[in-house]
This record gives sequence, structure tokens and C-alpha cells, in this order.
Amino acid sequence: MPILSRPPVASFSLARIPRLLLIALFLFPVTSAAQQTSQPVTVAAAADLKFAFADLSRDFQQQTHYTLRVTYGSSGNFFAQITNGAPFDVFLSADVAYPEKLIQAHAAVPGSLVRYARGALVLWIAPGIPVDPSKDGYGVLLSPSVRKVAIANPHHAPYGRAAEASLKKAGLYAKISPKLVMGENIAQTAQFVEYGNAQAGIIALSLVRSGRPVAGKLWDIPMDSYPPINQAAVLLLHGQSSPAARAFLHYLSTPSARTIFQRYGFKLPAAEDN
Amino acid sequence: MDWTALWLTFRLAAIVSAALLVIGLPIAWWIAFSRNRLSFLVEAVVGLPIVLPPTVLGFYLLVAMGSRSPIGAAWTRWTGHPLAFTFEALVIGSVIYSLPFAVQPFAASFASVDPALLAASATLGASRWRTFWRVVFPLSLPGIVTGFALSFAHTLGEFGVVLMIGGDIPGSTRTISISIYDQTQALDFAGANHAALTLVLLSFAMLCLIYGLNRRVWAVWPFK
Repeated sequence: MPILSRPPVASFSLARIPRLLLIALFLFPVTSAAQQTSQPVTVAAAADLKFAFADLSRDFQQQTHYTLRVTYGSSGNFFAQITNGAPFDVFLSADVAYPEKLIQAHAAVPGSLVRYARGALVLWIAPGIPVDPSKDGYGVLLSPSVRKVAIANPHHAPYGRAAEASLKKAGLYAKISPKLVMGENIAQTAQFVEYGNAQAGIIALSLVRSGRPVAGKLWDIPMDSYPPINQAAVLLLHGQSSPAARAFLHYLSTPSARTIFQRYGFKLPAAEDN
Repeated sequence: MDWTALWLTFRLAAIVSAALLVIGLPIAWWIAFSRNRLSFLVEAVVGLPIVLPPTVLGFYLLVAMGSRSPIGAAWTRWTGHPLAFTFEALVIGSVIYSLPFAVQPFAASFASVDPALLAASATLGASRWRTFWRVVFPLSLPGIVTGFALSFAHTLGEFGVVLMIGGDIPGSTRTISISIYDQTQALDFAGANHAALTLVLLSFAMLCLIYGLNRRVWAVWPFK
């Protein structure tokens, strides 16, 4: 199958390539819209999707024969890049606010917003810390053996906002706040715990479902203790004429995509209210 | 405007560039005057932070400071608290990150001192220490000032290393570059512009002063 989907240039002799390039250069402005169908869909994806995406893009390619080219990063960075003309076709944000703002800013196609998943929080205790979150829950954060608690930055990271809300609801925020260190995004927050710089971290469940075994202890934070982390995708202006990009947005709500999201620690999106 | 972060950043830059004078001058002396055939190796190691992307360097520092590394564990035993996410961690990270920006101008200016003057000083009975302070140091002062100013400026604008090992704690590891980044992430572009402009203006004034003094003290003296 991969042989078939390769561009035809590869089967020509090398000597013809310069001439082909020249022709391609001449034709490019005329054919660029038509060529987009065979080009991969360029996707900007929030950092918490990293592990799920290997399966998602394989499954999507098998079903549609379109391919994806994925860049991971923080949703806020992508927002700034997209409003300044970054060539992405689809944006999968870690929240709903950024895609909505992109539509308002005329950088995304109105009506294309899709809620594809809901994030869940998990408390991760580093290996060797003598506390048991399955027994004491959040109470373990008060233990003196937990010196630093890593969360994502609540000012701009959706998981950080949820972590802060959840700590406040548990009545622990004021006591814990001298221990807080903030990761720039949720993946960096996990890194702080992984290398033993923080003894505990509140991270995305999707990041501990990478398939690798996780050292230390995990505790699922009750989902009613924080506002839902709805994650939404949106079709960007750059991809509006690409059938592949539209196909990918559609694919995100199919049962097979949802199975993959659930396998990687996401919950099903809340019923759409728009 | 995040004045705490700005003040913290200038404090960090001052401590780091002063530390680099103490650490960098002997290293530069050794690089410039050592007859050891392998001194180029030291020069290459000093230059490495230029090659490594700051976030990569920061990542290795984070791992080195972690409880699983011997360095991180030894620091915790010695001081009673882990190293990462502290102001000291930023100082150590920044010293490593800015090392080549201090050592290279130092070494270049040492190497350009006329060896005949060193020989003359030695034949007049001066010790190497005395030769350094009376001959080499005054003649290389422009290069030393350049190295000091470069490491100061480089630390002011540092982002990747601080992002990786700082943990964004207000008043202790949130530098102005991190604060600006947080503001852009929260889509507060006006606040970010304001802070960036302040940083640029203050740094420009600072560098003008240092380079002006370096040329001629009177160039920046306001009362003539």
C-alpha cells in the first residue's frame, strides 16, 4: 500500500528530475490547490495527544489513505502561530477556548469545531516516596516527603487550570502552594516527576498511558473535582479546501477514533451544546 | 509589569557574570598560555554550550539535578533540599550556559598580549601572579569587559535553560523571559510587549554604559 501512495516522481530516472522540477515550478501556482489532496494533512496537536496520535494516524491512514504530518506543542503557542499564518490544516487544542478564538479571529472555518475528547487528571507520586494516594488521596501532598508538586501553568495550560481548581476544591491549595512548581505544558510537568525533581505531579491521564510501564504510584483524581477539560479541534483556513483535512476532522468523532482516545486515557467528549 | 521578575533577572545576571569572572579568567588563562598539547580539548568543551540548544542543555541539567542522579542526591544530602527549582539552580545553569561567552573573549584578549612583555616582566623578577595583574590584566581589559557584558546580556535573555530547570516560581525562578512567555501564552500580548520593551530598553542602556566605559570613561560622563 505505501508503494502505491508514493508520488510518481520517485519512479522516474534521476536525470529527468531537474526538468521535472522546472516544470513543477512553473505549474505550482496553478496546481497547488489541486495537489493539496495528495499532500499529508498538517496537524497542530496539543502535547497531551502525543501517545494517542501514533495509533490515530495509523488508523486514519488505513481507513482513508490520507496521511498526517503532526507537530506537537502547547495550544497557546499554536494559537499565536496560526493567527500569524502558520501552514496547519487542522488544530487539535487541549481546550475549547483557543479554537473558538481562532474562529472569531477569522483564522479557522466557522462551524468546523469538533469536541473530540475530554481530558482526565491523575496524581502521580514518584517512586520511592513513602505515601499511598490510593488510601489518602490528595492528603499525601501534605506529607513532608513531598517537597515539590508539579502542575502545568494554570495561567495558560488547560490541565494546569483544572489542577488548580481541583486543589482549591479539596481545600488544599493554600497549604500546597509553596510546594508548587509549574511546567510550561503538561508534558514538561510529567518530566519533572519522571526525573525525580518533583515528588508529585498532577498530570494528564493520557501521558501515563503511553504503553510504557510507569514507575511510582498513580491516583485518579475524581472527575467531579474540576471543570471538564473539553478538547476541541477546528479546521483552519489553510486546510479549508483540502478534503483530507475535512476527512480527518470527521474521523475524530468516529467510533474507531473514540476507542483509541479512550485507550490512551481520554474520556468521551461531553454532549455538544453548540 | 512584573517588576519582581525583572529584578530577579538582573540579580541573576549580575551574580552569573561576576561568577564567570572568577571561574572564567583562570580557564581563559590556561587556554591562552598552556603548552599542553591537549588544551584544545578544554577549549572545545567550553564552547559546547553554544552548540547545544538551550532546552536540550536544560533537560540534561534537570536530569543531573534529579534525585536519581549522583549529583542531585549529593546536593540534597549537603544542603538538605533538592537543587532543581531554586535560584541556585538557575545560577549554576546560567554559568554553564554563558561560559563560552565569557571565556572566549577573555582567552582571545590574553592571547593577543605581546609575549615579549610577559618575558620582560618575568626577567624583571615578577611572579606569574604579579605579571597577570600588572601586565596582562590591564592590556586585556577591553576583552574582559566584553566577556563580562556578553555573559551579563546572555543571562538576561536566557529562556530555554530556565524554562527547563526553573519551574516558574514567582520571586525565585520566574525570570522576565519566562514571565513574558507566560503572558504570550495567556494571549496577553499587550503585557508581553510592555515587559519586552522594558527589558530591551534597560539592557540597551546597560550595554551602552559598559561599552562606552570600555572605550573611554569620558564618553559616558555626563558632566564636562
